[in-house]
Amino acid sequence: MKIRIKKIHQKQSAGDIMISVTTYVLYAIFAFVCIYPFYYIFINTISSNVLSAKGTILFLPKEIHFKNYVDAMRIPGLLNAAMISVGRTVIGTFLTVIATAFMGFMFTRDSLWHRKFWYRFVIITMYFNAGIIPWFLTMRNLHLTNNFWGYILPVIVSPFYIILAKTFVESIPKELQQAAEIDGAGTMKVFFRVIMPVIKPIMATVAIFSAVAQWNAFQDTLLLMTDDKLYSLQFILYQYINQASSLSSLVNSSSTSAVAQSIATVQTATSIRMTVTILVVGPILLIYPIFQRYFVKGIMIGAVKG
Amino acid sequence: MNPFRNKRKLRGYKEFLYILPFIALVAVFAYYPLYGWIYAFFDYRPPQPMTMDNFVGLKWFKSLVQNQVKVNQILVVIRNTFAMSGITIATSWLPMIFAIFLNEIRFMPFRKFVQTITTIPNFISWVLVYSVAFNIFNSTGMVNHLLISMGLITKPILFLQASDHVWLTQWLWLTWKNLGWAAIMYIAAITGIDEELYEAAKVDGATRMQRIRFITIPSILPTYFVLLMLAIASFLSNGMEQYYVFQNAFNKNSIQVLDLYVFNLAMGSGSYSVSTALSMLKSVISIVLLCVANGISKLVRGESFL
Repeated sequence: MKIRIKKIHQKQSAGDIMISVTTYVLYAIFAFVCIYPFYYIFINTISSNVLSAKGTILFLPKEIHFKNYVDAMRIPGLLNAAMISVGRTVIGTFLTVIATAFMGFMFTRDSLWHRKFWYRFVIITMYFNAGIIPWFLTMRNLHLTNNFWGYILPVIVSPFYIILAKTFVESIPKELQQAAEIDGAGTMKVFFRVIMPVIKPIMATVAIFSAVAQWNAFQDTLLLMTDDKLYSLQFILYQYINQASSLSSLVNSSSTSAVAQSIATVQTATSIRMTVTILVVGPILLIYPIFQRYFVKGIMIGAVKG
Repeated sequence: MNPFRNKRKLRGYKEFLYILPFIALVAVFAYYPLYGWIYAFFDYRPPQPMTMDNFVGLKWFKSLVQNQVKVNQILVVIRNTFAMSGITIATSWLPMIFAIFLNEIRFMPFRKFVQTITTIPNFISWVLVYSVAFNIFNSTGMVNHLLISMGLITKPILFLQASDHVWLTQWLWLTWKNLGWAAIMYIAAITGIDEELYEAAKVDGATRMQRIRFITIPSILPTYFVLLMLAIASFLSNGMEQYYVFQNAFNKNSIQVLDLYVFNLAMGSGSYSVSTALSMLKSVISIVLLCVANGISKLVRGESFL
C-alpha cells in the first residue's frame, strides 16, 4: 500500500517539475517585460544624457545625476499641466466618491419616490452612449469646452461605482438604520452618521479607481480643450513625445549657466521625453503596490454583480 | 388618509429631491447627448448656427453607402475594426490560461509578485504606453541599440513607423497592458472552487494536468462565457485612445478603427454631420449586439448578464 502511494507521487512529480519549471520561467519573463520598461526609462533619466541618447544604458545607471528633474521644471507648461492633473484628480475623486456613496445609499431606501425607476434610469446608461461627436457637441453647447469643469462634471455619477456602493450598503444590517431612525434621525443624518462610517472600504475602492481614471484621462483634453492652460499632464506628455527635440534646445538655452553645463547634463530629446514620462507614471507606480488590494476588491465585487 | 403612509410618502419626495442633482447630471451627460444625433440630419458647419435651412434628411446616411470614396474608406475601417476585435476575441482565452497556471505556482511570494507586477500596465494610460513604446523602440532606443551592437542589423529599424504587422503589434500592446488584470477575474473564480474537489481527485490519482482539465477549467468556464459575451457586445467599440496615440502617416491605413475614424472625420476634417451619422449607426448596432449576446447568454446559461 505504502509503495503504491509513493509510486503515484513520484510519477506526478516528474510531470509536475516539468510544468513548474516552465511556468516559473514564463511568468518570470512576462513579469520582467511588464516592469523593465519603467526601470529602463528611470535609470536613463538619472544617467549621463549623452549615454542615454545613444540607448546604451540597459541595466545600471551610469554617471548618476538628477539635473534632468530640475531642468524639467523649466519646460514651458509642465508645472501648469501638473496642477491641472492634480486638481482634477483631487476634486474629481472627492466629488465622485461622495456622489457614489450617497447614490448607493439612496437607492437602497425603500421610501425613495419611484426608487426602482430612477435606479434603472441611472444604471442603463452603462449600456449605451451617443458617441463621442454628439457628446462633444453637447459639451460645447453647455460651455464645458475650455472649462475645467468639463473634466469633472461628466464623471461624477458613474453607474458602475454606484452598483458597487449599493451592493455594499445592502450587506449592512438594516437594523442599524432603523435604530437610528427610531432615535429620530432623518435621511441625511442616517447617511452621515450611520452609513458613511461603515462603507469606508468600498469608498476607498471607488476613490482609487476614480483617481487613476482622472490622472490617466487623455481623450477629454483632446476633445474639449484647446486652451493650453487647461492641458493635463497626459496631454502634454503626448505633445512632448512628438516634439521633444525642439523642447530640449529651448530648455538648454533658457538655462542660466548654459555655457558652464557639462555635456552629460545638457538636455536631449531623449532625456526630456524620459523625464516627463517618469514624472507622469511615477504617482501610479508609487501608489499601485500600496493600494493593490482595493483594486482587486473592486473588480471582484463588480464580477459578482456584473 | 393614513397619516403614517402620508409621512412616508413625504419623506420619499424629500429623498428624491436629494438625489435630483445627480439625476440631472445623468440626464445632461448621458441622455442629452442623444439629442445631438439630430446633427446627422443637418448640414452642420460650425460656427454657423444650425437652422432648418440646412436640414438634409438622410443625405449623410446615403453618402455612407453611395459616395465611392467614403465607401472605400469605411470598408477599410470596418476591416481594421473586425481584425482588431477578431484577434482580441480569438485570444480571449489567454487570461484564463494565465490565471490557471499562475494558480499552480505553489511558492506564494512569487505568485503575489507576478500578480502585482503584471497588473501594473493596466493602470497606466495609453499615452504612457506609447511613451514606453517610443522610448524603447525608436531609432536610438534600446532595441535598435541592442540589435546593432549584436550585428544583426546595420541601420535602425523604424518599428513605430512600420506599415506591416500593425494589427499584430497593436494586439501585443493591448495584451501587454491587459493580460495580468484580465486574469484577476479568473483568479477570483478559481479561489472559489471547493478545495475538496482537488483532494478527491488527488486521492483518485489524477495528475496536475487532469485536475486542471476536469476541475479548474469547467469551474471557470461560466466566467469565461460572460466575458466573451461582453467582448462580443463591444465588438465595434475598440476605443480610440490606443489607436490615436499610435497612429501616424505610415500605419494609418491599418490602424484606423471605427472609433478613431469617427474622431478623425469630425475633428480632423470638420465633417461633424457625417461622423455623427456614423456614431449613431454604431451606437444602434452596438445595442443590437448587446441584446444578441444577452440572448445567447439566456439561451446557453439560462441567465442574462445585464
